[in-house]
Parts: sequence; C-alpha cells; structure tokens
Amino acid sequence: MSAAAQIAFLGRRAFLRSIRQPGQMTFALVFPLFFLFVIASGLDRASSLPGFPADSYVDFMFAIPFVHGALFTALNSAIELGRDIDTGFLNRLALTPARGVAIMLGNLAGGVALVLIQYCIYFAGGLLMGAHFEAGVLGVPVLFLLAALGAVAIGATGMTVALRSGSAEAVQGIFPLFFVGLFLSSMNMPRDLIENDWFHWIATVNPVSYLIEGLRSLVVAGWDLEALAIGFGVALGAIALSLSISARAFRARMTRT
Amino acid sequence: MINVTLAVAFRVLKKSFTNVSFLLPALMFPVVFFVGFAGALSSVDRVPGFDYEPGYETFQFAFVLLQSAAMAGVFTGFGIAQDFERGFARRLMIAAPRRSGILAGYALATMVRWVFNTAVVLAIGLLIGMQILGNGLDLFALLVLGLTVNLIGTLWAAGVALRLRSTQAGPIMQFPIFLLIFLAPVFVPLDLLTGWIHTVASVNPFTAFIESARSLLAGSTDHVAVAFGIAVPLAALFGLWALTGLRSAERG
Amino acid sequence: MSAIVAERLVREFKAVRAVDGIDLEVADGEIYGFLGPNGAGKSTTVHMLTTLMPPTGGRAVVGGYDVVKDGPKVREAIGAALQEAALDPFLTGRDHVRLQASLHGLSREERAVRGDELLERVGLTDAADRKVRTYSGGMKRRLDLALALLHHPSILFLDEPTTGLDPQSRNALWVEVARLAREDGVTVFLTTQYLEEADVLADRVGIIDHGRIVAEGTLGELKAEIGRPTVQVAPHDPDDRDAILRTLDRFGSPVEAEPGRVAVRLDAGHDLADVVRALDAESLKVAHLELDEPSLDDVFLAKTGHRLEGQAEAQPEPVGA
Repeated sequence: MSAAAQIAFLGRRAFLRSIRQPGQMTFALVFPLFFLFVIASGLDRASSLPGFPADSYVDFMFAIPFVHGALFTALNSAIELGRDIDTGFLNRLALTPARGVAIMLGNLAGGVALVLIQYCIYFAGGLLMGAHFEAGVLGVPVLFLLAALGAVAIGATGMTVALRSGSAEAVQGIFPLFFVGLFLSSMNMPRDLIENDWFHWIATVNPVSYLIEGLRSLVVAGWDLEALAIGFGVALGAIALSLSISARAFRARMTRT
Repeated sequence: MINVTLAVAFRVLKKSFTNVSFLLPALMFPVVFFVGFAGALSSVDRVPGFDYEPGYETFQFAFVLLQSAAMAGVFTGFGIAQDFERGFARRLMIAAPRRSGILAGYALATMVRWVFNTAVVLAIGLLIGMQILGNGLDLFALLVLGLTVNLIGTLWAAGVALRLRSTQAGPIMQFPIFLLIFLAPVFVPLDLLTGWIHTVASVNPFTAFIESARSLLAGSTDHVAVAFGIAVPLAALFGLWALTGLRSAERG
Repeated sequence: MSAIVAERLVREFKAVRAVDGIDLEVADGEIYGFLGPNGAGKSTTVHMLTTLMPPTGGRAVVGGYDVVKDGPKVREAIGAALQEAALDPFLTGRDHVRLQASLHGLSREERAVRGDELLERVGLTDAADRKVRTYSGGMKRRLDLALALLHHPSILFLDEPTTGLDPQSRNALWVEVARLAREDGVTVFLTTQYLEEADVLADRVGIIDHGRIVAEGTLGELKAEIGRPTVQVAPHDPDDRDAILRTLDRFGSPVEAEPGRVAVRLDAGHDLADVVRALDAESLKVAHLELDEPSLDDVFLAKTGHRLEGQAEAQPEPVGA
C-alpha cells in the first residue's frame, strides 16, 4: 500500500474520531463564527476611521475564523497524537506495515480534511453576515489553500510537542502561545491604524500578521499579489521549519527497527 | 465552617500558585485580552461619539477586569468537576462537618486568585500609560463589584459542576458566561453599538457591570447603583443554585 | 526451528540495564510464560522482540528474521497485544478491525471476512459497531487479541494480557490463548506477573528478575527443583499430635507447620496414600489433611529471594481440552 493510501486511512480514522466528538466539533465551528459576529458588530463604527481598508468590519474580520478554526482543529490533531503516544496506540500502528511518514502525518491529514469542511461553513457564515468577497470565485480555493497551509504549520508545531513530550496535555499547554500570537497581530486592526508604537512593532514582527493579511487581502482588496506572496511565503516557511523539527522528533520517538 | 473554608481555599491556592500549569492559563487570558485589545484598538477612541476621558486603555481595563472575574469562576467550576472525577471531592465531603464550607472555600480561593490576576493586569496597564481618574472610594467600589461578579461566576460554575460532576460540563459552564461577556459593549460604549448587538447588550446584565466599572475608573458613580442592584440579587440566586447543587452531589 | 531466539539480549537506558543479557529459545507452537515482578524487564524484552525498540546489545531472531536488520519481516510474522489495550475510544470495534486490516494490506473482501471471523471468535460480534469507550475491560482485551490475529501471525506476543480483568474475563482469555496454540499452532510468548496464569497456560516458563533470567524450564521441572510436596495434618485429638508426628516421620522430614498441626516434607518414593494408610493403621484420627505441592511462588522465592508481587488470589481452572 502506498504512503498516500496509508495517510488516507489514518487520516480517515482521525477524521471519524473528531466528528464523533460533537462537543469539540461544535466549539470549533461556533466559537470562530461567534467571535466574528461579536467583533464585527462591536467594532462596526471603527470602519469609519480614516484609512480603514474595508467597507465594513465584517469584511475586515472575514478571514479570522479561518485562522481560529485552523488553530483549534490542527492543534487538536496534535493533541490526539499525544494521546496516541500516551495510550500506546502509536505502538499499535508501529507494529503494522504503516510507513513512518504515514503514522506521523495521519492525524494531521484528518485535521486538514476537517478544517476544509469548517472553512465552507465559515465562508457561508461570513457571507450571511453581509461580507463581500472581493477576489470572487477564483479566490475561494486560494483562501482555503492559504488557510489550510496555516493549519498545517500549526499542526506540525503541535506534533513536535506531542512527539517530544509523549503527552496530550503538553500540547494543550501550548495553546496559550498560539492564542497570544493571534492577539498580538493585526487580527483586530490594520497595522497602519495601530497607534501604540509598542503594539505596532509586535504586530510587525509577528509572522501571524502576514498570514492574516494575506487571507484578508482576498476579501478586502481582491488580488493583492504582494500580500498573497508574503502570506504564502510565511505559511510555507513555517511548514518547512515545523515539519523538519517534527520529523526529527518522530525519529527519536519511533524507535522501531 | 470557617476551618473547612480556609482549608479548602488553602489547598486550591497552594495548587494554583505552586504549579505554573495552573497559574499561567488563568493569568494569560486577561493579560492577552488587555494587551491585545488595548494595544491594537486604541485608535477606536477617535470614532465620532467615543467620549471616555481616561482613554482607551482604561476603557478596556474595565472590560478585562470583569471578564477575568467571571471567567475565574469557570476555572474553579472546572477544578471542582475534576475533583469529582478524581475522587478527591468525596474525600472533602467525608471530612467536612459543614459541607457548605467547601463551597465557600472554593469561592474564597477564586477571589484571591482573581485579585492577584487583576493586580498583574493593573501593573501592565499602568506600565503602558493607563489613566485612572477614580479616587480610593471609587476603586474600592470597583473592587467590590469585581468580587461580586467573581462570586456570581464561581457559584454558577460550581452549581453546574456539582450537578454534573464531570469535566465534560466545561462548555456548559463556560459558554453562557462567554456569551454574556461578549454580547456587551466590549469595544465601544453602548450608544455606539448598532443593530442587533445594541438590542442584546441593552438587556445584558454584564453591560451594567462594565459601564459601572468604566464610570468608577473615570471618577464617576453613573450606573453603579444599577450594577449592584443586579449583581447582589444574582449572587444570591446563584448561591442558591450552588447550594442545591451541593445537595445533589451529596445524594450522589 | 525455534520461533524466537534471543542471545545475550541487552537493553540499557542511560544508567539502567533493564534487560541484562538474556538467552532464551521458544519452540514453534509453544506457549512460553515469561514471569517476573513489575520492573523486572518483561515488557522491555517484549518491546525488543517485537521490534518496537532496538536492543543495545546481543541479538534476537523472531520468525526466522533478525529483529534489527529485518524489522518489517518480523512484524509481518508477529501479532502483539501489549500492556495497554491501546484502542481509540471513539472508534468502533469494526473500525479498528478495518483500520488494522487495511494497514496490513488485506483486500476489502479479506478484511470483511477475516474481521467478522475474529470478532465472532472473541465474542464481540454484537458489540462490533459500538464505540470502544462503551466496552468493558474484558471486551477491550478481546478486541486487542482479535486485532493482533488479523494478519494470521505465526507468533503472538501477549504482554500481561489479563492484568486488571475479572476472573471470568481472565478465564475466557486463557481458553482462547490455549486454543490458538493447540489448534492453530500459534507460538505464544506470554508475559505475566500472575503465577496462576503461567501455571495454567505455559508449556515452559522463564523467570526474569532485575533483567536476568534466573530460572527456566517446564513447570514440573522448576517445581521439582525446589522440593518435594509437604503433608500437613491437624489432629482430631490434640493429645495425638506426637503420635501423628512419629508416624509421619517415617515418610519424610518434619517442617514448620501451622499452630496445632504437624507437617513433613515427603521423601522420594513416598506419597500421600502411604501417609493415609499409616495413620489408618495406627487408628489415628485426623481433623484435616492437606498436600501442598511447591508453587511457582516457591520457585520464585527460591530463585530470587522474594515473593512475586501482584499475585492473584484466584484459583486456576483447567483449560478445556
């Protein structure tokens, strides 16, 4: 069986396990949309500030659920990997002919499949709230792809922690770091309208800002190639770094001969 | 009962302050919300009609103070549920002559933890130039309001935890509080909200709490009577909720 | 050919030598019991033999393949039910079967047939479509066993398979393991800390303590090494105690007995029938008479200087023919 087929089988298992936990699924769907509704409604007046790049705050925040969803779901796939190590399920897989790359990426693959479905719901929710998607139909797969790459980067980082610690709790423990990373970015306000110098500096050096700005550009500006290039560059760079570190951690964890 | 209260509170506080994994998450949310909102959104005070003298940092501080007060209660509820799952709650119930002391102990510990977290956020606020125009009495009233909201959150979550006795109840404890906190004038004053959110925020008790806190920080007592008029009966109501939850837990 | 061979097998973890140079050989179709207390090195040995962990010294050959050089081939030949049942609580029994069978390369038809066959064999047909988190401990162990057998392995590793199970579930698992060896010719390497389990199932036993094998052989050989059986008698009339002791003295050497009783270790050539006939001839009435064979725990005590931890109270039942 090819590695891709094995990844698909293991991804299917991860996918099934997630959708059979309705509490978790509901949270991953509801929270990002709720956050969008609340912030967009609460800050709607701020869209009248001079220099604000979008017609409404809904447009401005439209891409944020995609990032939240990526965070919750991708990190959850890493938590499940930690659980697999904890419970010995990883050993069960190690005793099968499954390739190392399949075992390592199976959970993440399931997470990405799930997150793509979530993206459809966020997209529909945003449109229902009155958002306008400037990039049009062709922009939708680009939006989904960039956001999915963000999910892979987050998931791979979580995987590293799971593989090194062997524990689901350790992965849960890094959620605050991502949370901080999200908030200290241009998530809630365009960078050139951030008046606090110290916050402006943090948002500028924070790579999450560029991922968000890349996604946002498709909604607000349409085809801003520079923003997209930077966004994709940041996502791919993060993936390259996090996957290479997690591959090393996997080899250390998986001592089968 | 005092002995039971102090013993339970001591155990919770010792666990909280000697374990980074307990201390940091509870501290993280208020700090990140404060820094994230006050830092990123300060230009919102240029929106026409936004008229809050102390400034946007103080405007957000009021929200974060009360948000953390309410959410601290949810953390406690989660801890109570965990104690039941691990059997520790049974140990407490067997040992305590007056079981309401157990509830009081959890509530006391939550208040102490919240005061600590608030002190940290206040220090950060002052560091970034936050202005406080209220006097000592205003700030004392603010503290009492915060402790009352904290108590409401704790009693609500404790009532859920004592009835369900499982960490699966986490979302039930958390979601209503989350809804109340965010369906309020978080980013702009109530009169600058429009549409459905204005309608919802107008009837949301949390709005009264936030507006009162903002007034006190600005050196005014507007909305304070309304806020306490809502908070005190709510605390009594949820006290009953928690006590009946305790009876449910005793019955098993 | 031997199914499993280990030569001077060593596993070190930093300063700790968890397995300290063990040699063992398990014949085809044999049930080999690997007995030892917690921390003796049983699971570490199993992890090495199942290729989950490379040895730091020595070598092992399982199913004809070297565990280090031919890991994938070893894994094709073995099935393993390790110490943790290692099941996903949100998958059903059938989901597990499908997943494991797919990874082993079984075709869709084979998966269905083999899966149904094994689920029926372990008594989980009715529960197959329920999530594993609704299963009892015994059901989880049975599913674990079924998964280990999916790809028709010739060698089965069971790492403390009945720890934590109730006596009924334990017996059910013993019956199935014995049947596997007897009817299907599967070689079974079974680690346990339950003496009764080794007693009931194993053809041969290896006792490991502190990473080394301290005794090995059939159960009869090991017990015989320790000594002969002991007869213990409680007199009907306490005044007959001395007379009973004098009678028993003809058949063996006195040993320590419970208060009010007399006991002798029987010499070779004498048995319980001799003792009973002699007491009868002397018209000595007894209130209670018992014959104690040396137990595996006695073997363990003699070889290691301490008793085995976690010994189960349950008496073994004979495994069905």
